Amino acid sequence: MKYVDEFRDSTLAEPLLEELHRAVSRPFRVMEVCGTHTMSIFRSGLRTLLPKGIELISGPGCPVCVTSASHIDTILAMAERKNVRIALFGDLFRVPGSTGLSLAHASSQGAGVDIVYSPMDSLKLASKYPEDLIVFLGVGFETTTPGIAATIMAAKNSNVDNFAVFSTHKVMPPPLLALLDDPELQIHGLLCPGHVSTIIGACAYQPLVDQYGLACVVGGFEPADILQALIMLARQIDRGEACVENAYIRAVQWQGNSRAQQMVNEIFKPVDMEWRGLGVIPESGLAIREEYEFFDAEKRLNITLRPAKEPKGCRCGEILKGKELPSQCPLFGKRCTLGNPIGPCMVSSEGTCAAFYKYAE
Amino acid sequence: MQSKSKKTILLDHGSGGIASQELISSIFLKHLDNCILAALEDSAVMDNHPGKLAFSTDSYVVDPIFFPGGDIGTLAVHGTINDLAMRGARPLCLSLGLILEEGLDLDDLERIIASIAKCSKSAGVPIVTGDTKVVPKDKCDKIFINTSGIGIVAEGVEISSTMAKDGDMILLSGSMGDHGITIMTRRAGLTLDGNLASDSAALHELVALLLDKLSPGTLHALRDPTRGGVATSLNEIAAAVGLAVEIDDLAIPVKTEVRAACEIMGLDPLYLANEGKCLALVAPGQAVEALRLMQSTAVGRNAAIIGSLKAGKAGQVILRTSIGGSRIITPLHGEPLPRIC
Repeated sequence: MKYVDEFRDSTLAEPLLEELHRAVSRPFRVMEVCGTHTMSIFRSGLRTLLPKGIELISGPGCPVCVTSASHIDTILAMAERKNVRIALFGDLFRVPGSTGLSLAHASSQGAGVDIVYSPMDSLKLASKYPEDLIVFLGVGFETTTPGIAATIMAAKNSNVDNFAVFSTHKVMPPPLLALLDDPELQIHGLLCPGHVSTIIGACAYQPLVDQYGLACVVGGFEPADILQALIMLARQIDRGEACVENAYIRAVQWQGNSRAQQMVNEIFKPVDMEWRGLGVIPESGLAIREEYEFFDAEKRLNITLRPAKEPKGCRCGEILKGKELPSQCPLFGKRCTLGNPIGPCMVSSEGTCAAFYKYAE
Repeated sequence: MQSKSKKTILLDHGSGGIASQELISSIFLKHLDNCILAALEDSAVMDNHPGKLAFSTDSYVVDPIFFPGGDIGTLAVHGTINDLAMRGARPLCLSLGLILEEGLDLDDLERIIASIAKCSKSAGVPIVTGDTKVVPKDKCDKIFINTSGIGIVAEGVEISSTMAKDGDMILLSGSMGDHGITIMTRRAGLTLDGNLASDSAALHELVALLLDKLSPGTLHALRDPTRGGVATSLNEIAAAVGLAVEIDDLAIPVKTEVRAACEIMGLDPLYLANEGKCLALVAPGQAVEALRLMQSTAVGRNAAIIGSLKAGKAGQVILRTSIGGSRIITPLHGEPLPRIC
């Protein structure tokens, strides 16, 4: 498989690993922001091969994990409404709200819940169920937002009147800036998310360099990509430098994808957004602009978000901030398992707890 | 011009009356004809055979009912034959229970029954008894099938996960994930280039060949990694025998198109269902011969030795990755769901 096999090949990975061992001159901590990085590091077995001096901590880059309990509760309340069908990406299906119930439970009780593979599939649902309002759950970072913006544009162009989006979309740089303001978080470098960066460009991390002197390298998701990014980080840290480098040049450009950015700006506007574990972060979310409010589920269904408590004892918040490991959570592996997840970091296929539970020895 | 309306299943077809009889003669006996079934008695009576009896049952509710590489009927025949074969049994006969939704297209039903007949004939395992019920529309999804099967385990044959031993080599009879990904992409409405197709196939002849040709007592355990995939089956074996399993990522056969579809949908082929593959645990001295035998058959031509049973943490399955690292393989938790990004 082109662009995959080459980057999983041991003949490429082994010399990179040797180089990484040489490049690590002193211990350092790197936050891998993206959930796909977390998963790839485990799945490839990279975690078992890295030099001891590198400590990898997972950041707030799993979109399901950072969706707040109050958003999940709102989604569950929408699912219970008559003539509403929820369309969603599969990850969100089992995420429990504050009562412990999830869309999987709602579906078993007869709620209309459809897992889709593309937001455009929601428009097919809209035509299949003309009596229902199809509410697509817009959860995700910059990677997923352009597709949802395109779907709203398509719905408008084809005069689809029974489709709306519940937007909890988030953008990446603001939470990173918020995290770095926390003096307790000691990190030396950032493995910047590859997928998000295809849209926002490597330039988006320059403020982290300028304000916090943090080494930033955009990395791809295959083992060789991650190794290359870690070598670049190790060298920056060794030299005491900080800059933005791009180790994922086959996908990411400095300025990103301007067409996708324009589409997102056409449909969405920045708003304050609540993140699980991080609280409300200014201008870290995206809401649908007034011109497109016909497709805004919050407006169409007159929804007000209510505060909701996180599951008792759940440490997802601290884990998302990179302050604790899953093993430090009293629920991890005991009451909270893959079969019976309590916090979102265990539910999502990209969640840190799920990764530790599934793959860690 | 108005098209002729399709003939469909009516509640009458399940009444036990004339409509039921018409259905039996026009579709079931037409395709599944054999003297035991054709007698239309209340149960099938067959000759006794020496050896132990193996008995298995499985129900099939797959959606979509037709897919590349097979249909719900092929699964219903192959699935139960394979369950019998995984205990070393020679399958003798099957029962066929159908639950039909009112409104099911009769042509679809006939297509499924024809494919059941074809699989049963080609496997040499007849359908000897059956039953049909019809439920009102929306009370089931088009067609549900149950097949049960009886097989004979020859004297001296004992195939069970608990018979597996430290050092046993683990063989997989062919590529992994073909069925699961075919169904998932169809459900998703994804049209991917390539030749994604279910691997639905009967494995009893491959098993018979192994039992016949390998040194007695060296084929220890067999599993067909259906739902839950190879990952779950290996976990079950490891737990049953109290040993660790180690497998090599690079040794596990996965078709390029299956891997590509998994990459797109964020799925792991280790957890995808297979319907024509088995895992075989063989004494190390006979592993190469077992591989040669598997590869000599049509259903096993892509077989590979993928790992071994080892002393270690009981019940743990470890995968050696392509870059030389390792990770734990847990059993499947819940349905595999595609991810956001």
